[in-house]
Amino acid sequence: MMNAENILFSINLVYIVSAILFVYGLKMLSSPATARKGNLLSSVGMLIAIVGTLFNEIKLPWENIVAGLVIGSLIGSIAARKVEMTGMPELVALFNGFGGASSLLVGLVAAFSTGNSTFVNVTIILSILIGGVTLTGSLVAYGKLSERMPSKAIQFGGQQIFNGLLVLAIIVSSVMFCLNPSIDSVWLIAVIGLSLVFGIMITIPIGGADMPVVIALLNSYSGLAACAAGFVLNNNLLIVAGSLVGASGLILTNIMCKAMNRSLSNVLFSGFGAAKVSTTQVEGEVKPITADDAYLILEAAQNVVIVPGYGMAVAQAQHVVRELSDLLEENGCEVQFAIHPVAGRMPGHMNVLLAEANVPYDQLVEMDHINPQISNMDVAIVIGANDVVNPAANDDENSPLYGMPVINVNQARTVFVLKRSMGAGFSGVDNPLFFGENTRMLFGDAKESISHIVTEFKG
Amino acid sequence: MEAIYLSFILVLAIFLGFELIAKVPSTLHTPLMSGSNAISGITVIGALTAANSGSADLALWLGTAAVALATINVVGGYMVTDRMLAMFKKKG
Repeated sequence: MMNAENILFSINLVYIVSAILFVYGLKMLSSPATARKGNLLSSVGMLIAIVGTLFNEIKLPWENIVAGLVIGSLIGSIAARKVEMTGMPELVALFNGFGGASSLLVGLVAAFSTGNSTFVNVTIILSILIGGVTLTGSLVAYGKLSERMPSKAIQFGGQQIFNGLLVLAIIVSSVMFCLNPSIDSVWLIAVIGLSLVFGIMITIPIGGADMPVVIALLNSYSGLAACAAGFVLNNNLLIVAGSLVGASGLILTNIMCKAMNRSLSNVLFSGFGAAKVSTTQVEGEVKPITADDAYLILEAAQNVVIVPGYGMAVAQAQHVVRELSDLLEENGCEVQFAIHPVAGRMPGHMNVLLAEANVPYDQLVEMDHINPQISNMDVAIVIGANDVVNPAANDDENSPLYGMPVINVNQARTVFVLKRSMGAGFSGVDNPLFFGENTRMLFGDAKESISHIVTEFKG
Repeated sequence: MEAIYLSFILVLAIFLGFELIAKVPSTLHTPLMSGSNAISGITVIGALTAANSGSADLALWLGTAAVALATINVVGGYMVTDRMLAMFKKKG
């Protein structure tokens, strides 16, 4: 017969196995060839952790457990099946929020038991705080991404002072709760309310274009919230898994900031492009090209690089672009897709959209990989991208984009830019690329233009 | 001592996380994020044991809600990650 202590010991052994599976799963994510198996391994780790926990004698009543698991599984599986690949940022934002909410609730439930040590009370507060901020911050991010609320930065006078007071109020309430902890404490309610308000306040001043950074950061918070819950419950597996997620979110946040040449504090505390206005006049002549002429040049090309931006996905052109790429390859040409880190609406988003259109992953290359060889490219095709190919980022010190790493398509022998009309990009900055000696503008709907070239190839 | 011991695990796990995640190619950053959503759903095991039959009704309800929310992340996160990763294919 197993006594309670033996059971707890066995559950912790199971947790060790889970931790190993999580680590191995992430390790296998280092290559697209093994990634799917890694995800499966990680999910097995989660399953045995949950099943192991159910053997614990101290737990929710069975009917509550079953209700929670069934409702959660239903909602989760429907969301996972229904979501469009373009809607992935919204889904991840929502999931970040749920993770935060769950940690908030775990912290709150722990506050019901009397006789918690001060250390436990501090961790309860941390769990509620990080969880609450993650919850409302993610909901605002979701609202902005899904355009249920205005995506532009919301700023008002005295915002910094207001936020400062908010932080002060949070600290005071937290200390007051820890001095006299009780589930009925008004200070506990204050901490919950203030953390929820704080989550909103730190997300509304951030513009829609910066949302990739914010969801990466909130991803990290959701992990840290799980860590805090782990401290509350004295549970190692929560701490290990939460740390892995926290580290992942931080790395992605850092990559995104670097790709935009901005510091995290700049993203969080100031609207974009407010500081600098370019004084440099762009000079030169725009040279349009027809789809027929573009076909003739492409037919003779040996090396082609395609640079997609989110505009391509908006025009739903990725499938016809893949068709063009296949035809070019059949024609003996080597085709690569160069993906800028901030192409798309979240880290790695463009890769998923192209994979969905059946572009093989070995054709997807990173900016740092393509730039050294770009002068050997016969043709660079820019589809729905603007700021990430703006040469002013390299050589115009007055440009607001100056210093941001870009894909140097202007060094290719010929550049085709597919665009609806002349107009500045997301940042509203002029693009000298359009006036370049070797640039040809292919005006019109990207999908129609590419379809036209595809038809010529077939005919 | 408890606090020190848990902090030890926290610090080591964060370092391990940095080493592991730095090796994930940017091609897979979106599945990485949805996969981390699933892993952060680990709070489910905390939610299962945070309250018990002796707890107040409110605590039971909050605990059940926590289980449901975390399960959404676990199930939804792993499923959508699998859906995405299945689309990544090699040439030919």
